[in-house]
Amino acid sequence: MTVYLLCFALFLVGLYGVLAKRDLIKIILSIGIMGYAANLFLILFGYKRGATFPILTGANPGPMVDPLPQALVLTSIVIELGTTALLVALVVRLFQKYGTFDIAKIRRLRG
Amino acid sequence: MNKTGMTLIVKTVTRITVWMILLYGFYIILHGHLTPGGGFGGGVILALALLNVLLAYGRDYTGKWLNIPLLEHVESASALLFLVVGFLGIVVAGSFLANFLSKGQLFAILSAGTIPLLNIIIGFKVAMSLFLVVWVLAGIKMSKGDAV
Amino acid sequence: MMLPYFIIIPLLAAFLITLIGGKRDIWGIALSMIATAALLIMSLVSFLQLRGETIVYEMGNWQLPLGIALVMDSLSGFMLIIVSLVALTSVVYSIQYVRHLGQDFKYYALFMFMLTGMNGVILTGDIFNLFVFMEIALFAAFALVAYGCRAEEYEAAFKYAIMGAVSSTLILIGIGVLYSATSTLTMARIAQAIPGLPSQIVLWIGGLFLAGFGLKAAAMPFHAWLPDAHSSAPAPISSMLSGVLIKVLGIYAIIRLFFNVFDAPSAFLTIFIVIGSASILISGFLAIIQWDFKRLLAYSSISQIGYILLGMGLATPLAILGAVFHLFNHAIFKSLLFYDAGSVELALGTRDLQKLGKLGKLLPVTSGTSIIASLAISGIPPFNGFFSKLIIILAAIAAGQPVLALLAILGSILTLAAVMKIQRYGLRQDVDVAPVEKIGLGMNIAMILLAVICIVGGLLIAPGIREVALDPVVNVILEKAEYVQMVLGR
Repeated sequence: MTVYLLCFALFLVGLYGVLAKRDLIKIILSIGIMGYAANLFLILFGYKRGATFPILTGANPGPMVDPLPQALVLTSIVIELGTTALLVALVVRLFQKYGTFDIAKIRRLRG
Repeated sequence: MNKTGMTLIVKTVTRITVWMILLYGFYIILHGHLTPGGGFGGGVILALALLNVLLAYGRDYTGKWLNIPLLEHVESASALLFLVVGFLGIVVAGSFLANFLSKGQLFAILSAGTIPLLNIIIGFKVAMSLFLVVWVLAGIKMSKGDAV
Repeated sequence: MMLPYFIIIPLLAAFLITLIGGKRDIWGIALSMIATAALLIMSLVSFLQLRGETIVYEMGNWQLPLGIALVMDSLSGFMLIIVSLVALTSVVYSIQYVRHLGQDFKYYALFMFMLTGMNGVILTGDIFNLFVFMEIALFAAFALVAYGCRAEEYEAAFKYAIMGAVSSTLILIGIGVLYSATSTLTMARIAQAIPGLPSQIVLWIGGLFLAGFGLKAAAMPFHAWLPDAHSSAPAPISSMLSGVLIKVLGIYAIIRLFFNVFDAPSAFLTIFIVIGSASILISGFLAIIQWDFKRLLAYSSISQIGYILLGMGLATPLAILGAVFHLFNHAIFKSLLFYDAGSVELALGTRDLQKLGKLGKLLPVTSGTSIIASLAISGIPPFNGFFSKLIIILAAIAAGQPVLALLAILGSILTLAAVMKIQRYGLRQDVDVAPVEKIGLGMNIAMILLAVICIVGGLLIAPGIREVALDPVVNVILEKAEYVQMVLGR
């Protein structure tokens, strides 16, 4: 149970960063932290104490951890990689246009 | 020796290790159906080998060393090849991405049907995509606001 | 078995375009035209062949509990038709509009990726696969919103991308909880396992999904990104985003999960009604005070999404019929209105309503089609919007909720006021305007085509056509057991 709570705390750290930070780079990092928390959450669902890795090595391999969440997490990591690259590209362009990373000064759209 | 990039030590080490890292990446890709790793993991390693060169030698030198437009074409072409393999699955075995090769013997290097083939394709796709993303980002000049 | 081709064709087109794109956009135009036209024909044919049946396609010959299946029922077929129709007109419209932003093949490649993602979301029967396709569509959408390379567009795309990332994380956690509770990712099997779960878990998962997909659908408390993103994007992309993307990623996913998988728990139906009414009213008022042509339309999109959610929340067969029909209608007339806004922007170089005027003379096609679309969106009788809104209002009265019916009528009046503002300032205002560019044939064809569908679209509800077009869709939404039966029990 403790690990799930810690994982949730990590998620909240990321959410706090997205909501409260003013620096664009810090917002991207916070999105990354939220993603890590979600990935950790998925891995924990598949984890089993004392089980081996899910590769068939012999006739009687014993209990294995669930491989499906690992596959999901791998996919989700790729997706996060794409998100981060896209966000970084957008931030670089925003810096070129506005000359700042401060989100309070990047406010042309209103209403 | 060109002046851009990092120091001579880093450059020399990179020159030697880049081939080892590439070899390790290919190893991971080719054994994707037998051990942990596979197309994505190996592809990331390939991309990191190229990124080492980019970091150590700078963007201009890397641009001359590698044929960037060719890499872009490899990226698109590998995605197309993936679709072609999937399509062959429809033609031969009746379902998209279905296996149409012999499954071979368990734990042999040439086994598991189309999976090694798809791993190689994915490896190239991932390596090229990842490298080109950083390549493009590294090329943007961080000039200050032109629209404020 | 056409199912995988709905995903293969746009994906193939996208990668071919990036491979042979070259310096000019001619290959991009040609390939994306062929792809979207093929998709439209295929979706029409397969919808007519379905006749209320369900087709299951197992990818890679893996049997269903193990593999991933594509599932096509009437709801999927209906959504595919909407997507392909709007996509085809959007590509036709883009030819001239995007040249004005620079000749580039990348636009068409991204467009095809977005189409791949949407078709995948519609067809997949696996919940994680839905997530992956949703991300594909969203990435392309982020990049396309920023395509014009102006400061506002980057800002809007950044906002959209942050919102999208947060909502995707919520959905991913929801999928994780769902997997740990049911040990499967196939939606039909999840639907089988749901009745055996404690109701609190269903509420938690539903809450996560509602927040995640609600953000994508831009229903009222989650709407902040939509006006920026939809008004900043290039006009054909605005029409894709407002016309189909929010419906596929938001509404379709919500229908599929909450009706077919969760079997419409009454707590969520109440939430749908509350969110829907809030969206109708608040964004109706917000739309009226806008002076930017596209921003006004974006707020009105939120309001129309509210109608669809309201109809789904009532959950009577009549209300669902109204919601599904309104979904189709809104895709058509909102895309048309965004095309009109785009051609006004292209021709006059501004979309500030105070600076427009005398469009009737300058842009006869644009002003004519915009009148049709405005009347349709505000529910004036001969056009399609009238029928769907009428059905939703009647369903609210029949369900014993006259307050909601009044609210829907009020929302319709607000929409009428908002679009009349466009007509009043765009057409009648006596301002001197200098045309910058002529509107070409392709853009006019796209607008006229959608205007014709606006006029004849009301026929979908006519007896005889309704049994073929809309009733199977409503059946799919209401018959949860049948979905499970069709997918699993063969």
